[in-house]
Amino acid sequence: MTRRLVLLACVVLLALIPILNLLPDASPFHVSDFIVSICGKWICYAILALALDLAWGYAGILSLGHGAFFALGGYAIGMHLMRLIGPRGVYGHPILPDFMVFLGYTELPWYWLGFDWFIFAFAMALVVPGLLALVVGYLAFRSRITGVYLSIITQALTYALMLAFFRNDMGFGGNNGFTDFKELLGMPLNTPATRSVLFYASLVVLVLAYLMCAALTRTKFGRVLTAIRDAESRVRFLGYDVTQHKLFVFVLSAMLAGVAGALYVPQVGIINPGEFSPGNSIEAVVWVAFGGRGTLVGAILGAFSVNAIKTWLTSFAPDLWLIVLGCLFIAVPLLLPRGLIGLLRRGGGK
Amino acid sequence: MSGNSLYLDGVSVVFDGFQALNNLSLVVEPGELRAIIGPNGAGKTTMMDVITGKTRPTKGTVRFGESDLTRMDEASIAMLGIGRKFQKPTVFDALTVFENLELALKAPRGPIPCLRWRLNGEARTAIERTLAEIGLTERARDRAGLLSHGQRQWLEIGMLLMQDPQLLLVDEPVAGMTDHETELTATLLRGIAGARSVVVVEHDLEFVRALGHRVTVLHEGSVLSEGSIDHVQNDQRVIEVYLGR
Repeated sequence: MTRRLVLLACVVLLALIPILNLLPDASPFHVSDFIVSICGKWICYAILALALDLAWGYAGILSLGHGAFFALGGYAIGMHLMRLIGPRGVYGHPILPDFMVFLGYTELPWYWLGFDWFIFAFAMALVVPGLLALVVGYLAFRSRITGVYLSIITQALTYALMLAFFRNDMGFGGNNGFTDFKELLGMPLNTPATRSVLFYASLVVLVLAYLMCAALTRTKFGRVLTAIRDAESRVRFLGYDVTQHKLFVFVLSAMLAGVAGALYVPQVGIINPGEFSPGNSIEAVVWVAFGGRGTLVGAILGAFSVNAIKTWLTSFAPDLWLIVLGCLFIAVPLLLPRGLIGLLRRGGGK
Repeated sequence: MSGNSLYLDGVSVVFDGFQALNNLSLVVEPGELRAIIGPNGAGKTTMMDVITGKTRPTKGTVRFGESDLTRMDEASIAMLGIGRKFQKPTVFDALTVFENLELALKAPRGPIPCLRWRLNGEARTAIERTLAEIGLTERARDRAGLLSHGQRQWLEIGMLLMQDPQLLLVDEPVAGMTDHETELTATLLRGIAGARSVVVVEHDLEFVRALGHRVTVLHEGSVLSEGSIDHVQNDQRVIEVYLGR
């Protein structure tokens, strides 16, 4: 009950932010543009945390590469945003994005076809991470690769993708990635109104994702996942095809991470291969661990609180952040094995 | 009661030159309660592993009725009606006693059927019947992590029963149990056999006597002696193996 109330309070507070932003600057309740945009980002991170918690907290699949699915979702929507720039690029080419003109492309590569439609691009933000998770997950789970070995493979996956996306001849803008976006669905991107729309869209997706995950974990499927997490071979002896169950949740989780990335990119206005860097995926794991893995509210809470610490700390001592992150990585499992939620529950009762 | 016989013929398993099973042959009839005893390293656990598909025999035949178990994986062998209780009880601590049994209940096992699963009256009755059989009705809503050692063993036996197995493999059920719990376990297993075959691997000879059925003694990977507990205990070879020369 406590957890539900915490969550509801968070959602209401968040929903107020763009409204408070409309107040005149002089008002004590005025919220700056900076807060609006940063909270919009954190909401996307919270969706990523939910996705990771579903795979790790419930099914015990510790993915150290969920940032890759997030980035792929971001790239899919980024490709759409690039197509929408049209002839307004620096080189003024009617079809090709600037980086392609610069690299001497004469026509759009085949895999860019279709991205001028929003629906197609959004579908790809789901399908591409889902397919990648399906292939990687199938190979890994079928060979019964679990625990730290799986973590290393997923980490290598996101690193390999980062190196690949850095290459100019991949056709995804190399190390500059995509930026200079103009509009989305007819709305110019850099206006407060669009920012609010994207903010609320992300918040709605977060709430829907939470409800979906909560419903899913309450089914027998959710209990099978918990059972796999705690005693995988026992589940196999009960006659369950563990590979299928893990694959199902891993693909679902990757797709949710892709949606998070797709909501993130229009808000920050840039996507580049740095988004694939292994550090990002590890940070996501820290959010979930800090908030309390295996509880959905914990994952959301963790994403917000760790990012709040990060923003606060990097504003005056940016060099300290990586050290603090490392300390959290070590201290949380030792001192707070059940995360913030564990503290709340112990303090507030049930 | 219709059932299949378990049939092992000339089964050998070699691990890196170590002969874990050596030309082992054994038949368990439908409905039979069979105890398997033997000193450490006699191959009892390896035999269980071979039957459940965890270990592939180097050579030999393992059949259950018409099915060739050496060609099947663990999940399909479990679906065939062979349930195994491990030495170390592995119930799902995070789930309640009831939920543990629900997971074990015979039902479609894929992700989609599990998502759509609703507990109906028939399933509830089956679970409640098993709860009564293993004596855990009172604890149905408690998390399995809170049970005592003996209760965890019974819950695991209950989980096997939910799968409605034809053959139950039980590995050292009474290790670490109190005398009272051991007695209850013997009664429980005697009640279970008959409708299904039960193979019990055990060290505790008093418990095997309490079961009161046929006993097979394994030694160095093959059958040393077979018969009633009295017959086996008076067999000169068994005495040598157990007491040393």
